Order: sequence, then structure tokens, then C-alpha cells
Amino acid sequence: MARIVFTPNIQRLVECPETEAAGISVREVLDNVFASNPQARSYVLDDQAALRRHMTIFVDGRAIRDRAGLSDPVSAGSRIYVFQALSGG
Amino acid sequence: MTDTILVSTRKGLFWIARRSGSWKIEKADFLGDNISLTLTDPRSGLHFVALDHGHFGVKMHRSTATGWEEIAAPAYPPKPEGIEENDAWGRPLAWSTARIWALQAGGADEPGVIWCGTLPGGLFRSTDHGGTWEMVRSLWDHPKRKQWIGGGAELPGIHSILVDPRDSKRVWIAVSTGGIWFTEDSGASWAQRGEGMRAEYMPPELTHDPIAQDVHCLAQCAAAPHRMWVQHHNGIFVSSDEGKTFDEITGVEPSAFGFPVVVHPRDPDTAWFVPEIKDEKRIPRDGRLVVSRTRDGGKTFDILTEGLPQQHAYDVVYRHALALDPSGDRLAFGSTTGGLWVSEDQGEHWCNVTYTLPPIYAVRFA
Repeated sequence: MARIVFTPNIQRLVECPETEAAGISVREVLDNVFASNPQARSYVLDDQAALRRHMTIFVDGRAIRDRAGLSDPVSAGSRIYVFQALSGG
Repeated sequence: MTDTILVSTRKGLFWIARRSGSWKIEKADFLGDNISLTLTDPRSGLHFVALDHGHFGVKMHRSTATGWEEIAAPAYPPKPEGIEENDAWGRPLAWSTARIWALQAGGADEPGVIWCGTLPGGLFRSTDHGGTWEMVRSLWDHPKRKQWIGGGAELPGIHSILVDPRDSKRVWIAVSTGGIWFTEDSGASWAQRGEGMRAEYMPPELTHDPIAQDVHCLAQCAAAPHRMWVQHHNGIFVSSDEGKTFDEITGVEPSAFGFPVVVHPRDPDTAWFVPEIKDEKRIPRDGRLVVSRTRDGGKTFDILTEGLPQQHAYDVVYRHALALDPSGDRLAFGSTTGGLWVSEDQGEHWCNVTYTLPPIYAVRFA
């Protein structure tokens, strides 16, 4: 099981507690997370199920490379962080 | 008369209410969040609010007995494998809701139907009060849809939706930029409308092409639906045949540029505008904020200033930020610098409610 942590900024809009989920890719892990928290899905992924433009995901300290397919590999025990940029005024 | 106004701003949704003869800010919802637009459905009384959470996407909420609930936002269908689509500037066009830019209740005979226009050009229809949305594929897949062009908003978008009060299957939409489109079968098929409009900045061969027209706002007289008014990027146009053909109103002072237009619900010759210096400046002329009104179908315009700032006012009023209530007497508008004004007498006198709201995107009587 991988451990997934969501940015604190998303919590104000939709509850995304730290959780564990199975999967061998970022896509699989996120699908499992969103299966039990469907409302959170559209906050992280766009209409085409790609990572939203100003969001990023780190797996064990590395930013993922496949932002559309989310095929980056995940191991049991991986730590996944879902972050976003903050900008504007 | 409608005694509640919903004001959508860059930093929240504000409820303005008339109490003991004066207008006050009563409360704020979604404080700090970017609100694009609201709809109050006259059939159900439900309020809908479109939020743009930026990095977290576009969302929709609906009123409940005690507050708000998040409902589905319109979502684009999966882009087929191998389809590459670029916008007019050569950039990849994402099939994803970038902004909710129009919300319109369906007809009285189709409760639950809501229309929603978006950037980058998708039109959506709900039949269950916004619980689910279906894209109108006949319009999205129309070959000429790819000729729609983004301008100031970068992406093309549907900002005006009119449902024929005589027949709910007949719907007009307006696109910036892409002109006016019409369906008479609830969206199964579409035809371009809007002959006679003129885009002065386009190449000569496109100047009069209906698809090249940058309609900023399209409005229709409820009691005389054949009459439509357009505030266009470079002028004001009026139609007396349901938008098939338009005539340009010339010599409009202080300017023919602006974003919103509203039409009196019973008098098709009476319409209001908020003129600005065109086009690259977009500020009131001479720092004087004015509303213009015609009562004779565009032959003459009254410049309404009573109660509006006439020195160093640089307020811009966006296309959804001028509203007329069903009485036809009460108007309200809000500006990019956070000013909000109400008139009880068709614009003769204006009362300032506040100068200090966040930038205002939309004003709607609830």
C-alpha cells in the first residue's frame, strides 16, 4: 500500500485526509483513493482525467513525468504527495 | 419587484437585500473564492453558483434549505484517441471546462432543464436541476465550431443563452467570438444567425461573416421575442426578426463599445447599455461612469448619470454585471472596481450600495 498526502490547501474545499491505497502506478493509486472519495477527483484531475495544470504529484520525492497518463510507477510503501502552486491576489 | 440581488465577485458571493427602502449587503457566501456567475431558477427557486477554484478547477453549487451543496459541474467528454485540436492561436485546445460563462433556466414547460455555456465553447444541458450535465454534441461537433476564436478570454466561450418564451425548444446562444447560433429542436441541430453584423477589425473578407462576430452580449425582449439587442465589440446592433438579420445603430454616444445589454421585458424598444472607451483602453470616457438607455429602438439614447460618479471613475462593467428585474423598472450593476449601484426608476436615478466589494463579475436579481 502506498501512503497519499494531499495539499492542505485542498482541504478547505473538499476533505482529502491522508490515506493508504493499493496500486502499481499513480493512476491506480488515485483511482482507488477516489473510489472512496469521488468528490475529490475533479479537484485533482481535469475533464480528461489528466493531472490539473497547476498541480503536481511527488512519488518518493520525485515529481511525476506522465501528467496525462499518470503511469509513473509506485511501490508498496511509496509516499505520494499531491500539491498545487499558489499564485494570484 | 425583486428585493434580493446576488453579486458574484473575485472573492465571494454577496447577497444584497432591500430593507426599509435601502439596499444593504446582507451576507457573504464562499468568502475568498472566485465566483463567476449565479442563476436563480424562477421555476424552482433554486440558486446555482459557479465557482472557479483555479488550480482545483470549475465547480458548481446549488442551494439547499440550509445552505449549499456541491453538484456536478459540466465536464467535457473524453477526447478521442489521436484527435489533435489546436485553438486559433495554434495552442492545444483542452477538452476541459475552463469557465462557466452562461447559466439559463429552460422553459416553464420543462422544469429541471438548465442550459450552461462554457469556455472553451461547450454547451451543456441538464434535465435534473443540475444534478447531471450532458454536453450538446451537435454543437461541439459542428465543423464550424472550430472557427470560434478566443479573444480577451483566450478561449472561445458561450456567454449568452436565450430560451424562446413561446417555445422552449427554440434556443439562441452567442459566442465570443463565433456569432449567434440557433436551434429549434432543443439542441439537436444548429444554424448560424446574425447577418448584418460587422466586425470592423477583421480582414475585409471576414468583416461581415456571421461567425466572425464578437458578440459581447445578446438580449431578447420577453414580450416581443422577435426583438433582439446585441452589444458587440464594435457597436450596438438590433434585430426585429429573431436574430436572422441585424441593423447597426450608428452615432452612439459616448461610445458604442461595452459589454452588457438588457432589454425591457415588455417594451422591445427600450434597452440599457454601459458604454466604455473602446477598445484597448476599456474605461469610461472622461472618467464619467454612465448608463445609456434608448426608448425608441436606438434612434436616440439618454445618458444617465444621476447618482453615478462623474470624476475619475474607471469602473468597467462586465457582460453579466448589469441586471434588470422583471418589473422593468429596477436595475442594478456592479463594476470591476467593486462599486454597486441600483436604480428604481429605469436608470433616471442611481443609488450607490457600496464602493468596496471585490471585482464584480456578475449581478443577478434573485
